[in-house]
Amino acid sequence: MVEHGDIRVVHRGGSKINFREPVLSHDSRLLLCASGECVKVFSSSTEECVHDLQGHTDLVTGVLLNPSNHLQAYSCSADGTVRLWDFTDGILIKVQLHCHHVSVQPLSVSVFVYLLMCMCVTLTRLLSSSQGEYIASAKGLHLEVYFFKKQKSYRFSLKEDNKKGAKNTFTCLSCHPKDDCIATGHEDGKIRLWRNFNHKREYTYSTLHWHHSAVSSVRFTPEGTNLLSGGVESVLVQWRYNQETQKDFLPRLGAAITHIAVSPDGELFCTAHSDNKLTVIQSCVKVSAVIQGLVKGESVRTDLMVDPRSKALVLNGKPGHLQFYSLQRDKQLYNLDIVQQEYIHESGLQQFEVVKAAFDTRGNWLATVEERKQKDSTLELNLKLWAYDEQTQSFVLNTTVSGPHEARITAMCFCHTADSQTTMLVSASQDGHFKAWQLESNHYFYEGPFWSCDFVGAYHSLVPECCCFSADGSLLAISFQEVVTVWSPASWELLTTLSQPPGAIRDLCFGRQSCSKYLLGTTAKNLLCCWNLLTCTLEWSTSMDVSLLLSDPLSENMAAFCSHAGLFVFKPSEPRPLFSHKAICSGKVTRAVFAPREEMLESCEESSQWLNRSQLYFLTQYMDLMTFITKAEEDRLMASSKRLVIDDSVAVTPFYLLLGKHRQQQQEKQDRSFSAERNQLPQGSVAIKELLHTPAHVLPSASFLCSMFVRSLLISVTDKEKKSEEEEMESDKEEESECEMEASTMGQGQTAEAQETAAPALTKAQARELRRVKKLDHSWLSSLLDS
Amino acid sequence: MASFKPTKIQVYPKLGEKVTQDTLYWKNYKAPVQIKEFGAVTNIDFSPVAPHNYAVTAFTRIHIYGPFSQEPVKSFTRFKDTAYCGRFRSDGQLLVAGCEDSVVRLFDVSGKVALRMFKGHTKAVRVTDFTSDRYHILTGSDDYTCRLWDIPNSTELTSYQEHTDYIRCGITSKLNRDLFITGSYDHTLKLFDARVNKSVMTMDHGQPVESLLLYPSEGLLVSAGGRYVKVWDLLKGGQPLVSLKNHHKTVTCLCLSSNGQRLLSASLDRHVKVYNTTNYKVVHNFDYAASILSLGLAPDDESIVVGMTNGILSIKHRKSSEETKEISGQQKRRPAYRVFVKGKNYVPKQDDYLVSKPVKQHLAKYDKQLKRFNVSKALDTALETWTRFRKPEITVAVIKELDRRGTLKNALAGRDERGLSQLLNFLVGNLVDPRFAPVLVPATEMILDIYQSVIGQSPVVDVQLQRLQDLLEREIGYQQDLLEVLGMLDTMFTSSLPRKEVPCSGISRPNGLAQGDASAPGPQPQAT
Repeated sequence: MVEHGDIRVVHRGGSKINFREPVLSHDSRLLLCASGECVKVFSSSTEECVHDLQGHTDLVTGVLLNPSNHLQAYSCSADGTVRLWDFTDGILIKVQLHCHHVSVQPLSVSVFVYLLMCMCVTLTRLLSSSQGEYIASAKGLHLEVYFFKKQKSYRFSLKEDNKKGAKNTFTCLSCHPKDDCIATGHEDGKIRLWRNFNHKREYTYSTLHWHHSAVSSVRFTPEGTNLLSGGVESVLVQWRYNQETQKDFLPRLGAAITHIAVSPDGELFCTAHSDNKLTVIQSCVKVSAVIQGLVKGESVRTDLMVDPRSKALVLNGKPGHLQFYSLQRDKQLYNLDIVQQEYIHESGLQQFEVVKAAFDTRGNWLATVEERKQKDSTLELNLKLWAYDEQTQSFVLNTTVSGPHEARITAMCFCHTADSQTTMLVSASQDGHFKAWQLESNHYFYEGPFWSCDFVGAYHSLVPECCCFSADGSLLAISFQEVVTVWSPASWELLTTLSQPPGAIRDLCFGRQSCSKYLLGTTAKNLLCCWNLLTCTLEWSTSMDVSLLLSDPLSENMAAFCSHAGLFVFKPSEPRPLFSHKAICSGKVTRAVFAPREEMLESCEESSQWLNRSQLYFLTQYMDLMTFITKAEEDRLMASSKRLVIDDSVAVTPFYLLLGKHRQQQQEKQDRSFSAERNQLPQGSVAIKELLHTPAHVLPSASFLCSMFVRSLLISVTDKEKKSEEEEMESDKEEESECEMEASTMGQGQTAEAQETAAPALTKAQARELRRVKKLDHSWLSSLLDS
Repeated sequence: MASFKPTKIQVYPKLGEKVTQDTLYWKNYKAPVQIKEFGAVTNIDFSPVAPHNYAVTAFTRIHIYGPFSQEPVKSFTRFKDTAYCGRFRSDGQLLVAGCEDSVVRLFDVSGKVALRMFKGHTKAVRVTDFTSDRYHILTGSDDYTCRLWDIPNSTELTSYQEHTDYIRCGITSKLNRDLFITGSYDHTLKLFDARVNKSVMTMDHGQPVESLLLYPSEGLLVSAGGRYVKVWDLLKGGQPLVSLKNHHKTVTCLCLSSNGQRLLSASLDRHVKVYNTTNYKVVHNFDYAASILSLGLAPDDESIVVGMTNGILSIKHRKSSEETKEISGQQKRRPAYRVFVKGKNYVPKQDDYLVSKPVKQHLAKYDKQLKRFNVSKALDTALETWTRFRKPEITVAVIKELDRRGTLKNALAGRDERGLSQLLNFLVGNLVDPRFAPVLVPATEMILDIYQSVIGQSPVVDVQLQRLQDLLEREIGYQQDLLEVLGMLDTMFTSSLPRKEVPCSGISRPNGLAQGDASAPGPQPQAT
């Protein structure tokens, strides 16, 4: 066994962003959402990720704005901590409380309430009213309202179902911000508005019904004029409060709505969808932005693949789509609509699913198989071939073969030859046949090239399970249960059969490069076998319960995942594995892929050389995308992430451009002279902003402005004097830039500071100090403007 | 927010005739002109010189028609009995014809009375032709003899009595004045050389020979007899080259297209087939109303003239290039270009404020209904008469879409007598179509489930259901027959396939090969 202390398994992107309700900041510019172990801050207009609030060591279970300071947010996590963040700058302010499982769910304006989630996991929703007078919770068929003042709780129950087949189970609830009204959503798609619930007996409710299946989220707007609701139909419904017959709809949002959030000013709505998507919607019911994460269903039926052109990870996306996901940028590039049918949002409906996909070597062709199986009707299969279109930079449907086989397709692969002009696709099916498809140039009926069946093969009417082309495309290996058959695609001759050792073949893989004479396979009897194709004999075999076998297209290396999540990386020609790792994750590894690196790593350590050319990504049982990372790479990433903090506090103005060149020097100096007590003041920027935002035609003459402007800059020197002596020595010009720059570098400086001190628990006293100074600055600022 | 994705209408590959260059060429003829003759038209011969008149031999007359006239330019009526085989000389001046009364007559094309009468045959003369030196006449007769006559002296030169049955066809060489070939009902073709007094080559056709044709190079000979058309290589001593069996009745006439690239054969089965002379595949087919006895092709394929047993002469003229254009122009008559660009080419000025209008998605009527989840109305729209008959694939696509949405049952239910009979009518028309069956069979089952309680209440619906049942019974019968045939074919193929041993490595057991059938056609690919 090789030691490998410097290779680590890490989560790589694609975490859920729809896990909890997203939070919109007070000015609607930022959007916070829990995403795996961190909180992501998105810009609601540009869809870009502005900050990644990292610090939690386990799943973040809730995010909430600080009611007393709208620039701060609390987050809680399954690691038992609650953290307070300055989310505009991405700074961790403090860590609070340690308990076992915490989840923040309440939305309280007057008090900050958090509850121990271990006690109330089963509650569907917990909400308190606007005035904080009561808190409402719903569970099963009961709605419970607890009044703080009276210290009393009322419980309202509904019958399980009535004769009309209504299912009354509560699914969600929302409190009206002004009136005493609670809206609850139900399993059967009804919304009930509860009133008069401060009396045990005389409560009333009215019912609204539009949704045909369960309402997954209801939310009142901050003014309480509208009620938003959403469910499986993926339609956002806006009801007028007290005029419930008037509704606005926003249909076809793409996937079932799981959460709805409204910004505090009511300008923007945000919906979270089951396909890991956040949609930002303007209050006039118009979509303004879509933030899409990696879509992960219950299972990835297509394998993980890498698009040879964009180097993006390709897998099942939304139903009927393939998603192209950039691993470098952790962002979904685009969705390719494979099925091209209107998706009906209804549970229990059998839809077309993309079950197989394959790329050819150069990324010119994509083959997809979609299938739909209804209970008592025949299987519907479609094989589609997509050509890459240079102009539109995407795939265009070339050929549709309806019913390519009579039963499910078990395997599909393209011929690997890189140089040849023609390419070939082989599909194997449970109907006992395998078919070779080839591009045909001309036909009397169809324009342009299209794909047609070239050869149909079978072997003793056994079911073909896997197929694999050799690296040069001269051999095709197809496993028929216990027998591996090797065919020549040029003449379609059966060259040889390999049937030793006995055992149903589960996986087949040809060696690459110098090991291309080897064919590897795993059998159901827990054997990993390696055949030499020159002698047609078994080269070696080893007892190993391999669940997944794959080869690196850029090197001779092969990776074998054991069923207990162990990993072995080896060369077929060498007896010792290059790398082995026990239990890389909990559960079984279902899918994995070697993704080529953009630039080669130059690692000379033996154990990590296999990661030089390509990176190994894998999906765990729980659909987490993980990868291996070396120590050196990790260090480099850390360094680059420090540099890449996005700074959007300063708008790009002509002044910024003018003064920008001084920034570098300034920053270096600041880095050297950085002291914890520094308080950056945004005074200059505000003055200049005022100047710039005034329309030109109402401005006084430039000469007048100039003197005022210069004066405003000069004052800042006096301010500086008390704080740092070093900066006194700077020239006037540099100080001019200082006032502009300081504001801009503040974010970076503090981030750096936060990272330096590792656990940066700012004390309350310090925070108060900070606020005091800030207040002081503002008064000073007004004096400046007066002058 | 994604827009509504319209229902996908499956595009099926067009069944039937393939469109090739040949079909385009041979279809480019006008509607046929039909002339009624007095009896069966036995022979058609085109004049080799300029206006290319043609002589039509029918009953006791020979009519000469001009290229575009429907009235005969000239007729020769001085026959005592049925005339046969009126043929022009290579200069177009003289015409020779045989007769049932065994006399061979030679006419001047401009005159009326026969110039010469050759008497000597004892029975009907069915074959006459001029030799290439223009001074001799070849005749073949039902008295089993063929003779050569001298025109100036009107004397018989030679007589060959080698055939043992009626001589019904013969042809002279265009390159050699002494060579000629005759075909007879004794199944043989004989090549004679006038310089020797017996045949120099004999070929066995296997059937009574009805027609002969020499290629312009005269290396190949084509013979027609029975259902077969056979090609012989004369340069290899009369070796058979190809045997074609594309007609299902006796082939009566052969003809070569002007460039020598296509061979035409006419038959009693009322078809004229066009073969490619390089691979002898049928490239086109003409249908006629009656059995064809004679066929003529004008130079440059300007017209096809066909004579039939019912005395009708059918003449098809080639469309001129202007006419072709005119007709296509009429079909594509659309509003002028400026109608489409009206207002579109307006370039906004500098301070114009552009109001962008959202592009409105155009949806078909049924799609609009589907978008609103009005499933019954969508099905009604798809079942409208025009769609149902002209574009059944649309109706089927809508039914499929409804099935996918799980609302087909709702859409099918609750129909009145009219609606139900309309639906059943559609099913009766399309249920057994292999393209639609996978979709329509479950739908039919669903309909029967829904409406089983109303059976017997409406005579209209009952009639339709009865029709449906008959259709299904018939179809099941067909399928059983087909399976039987398939089983028979399978045994035949297995017995004829050679067994081949698979090369096996040392360890693996030797395996008998079950080679996949490479000929099995894949499903029809479909380009989109």
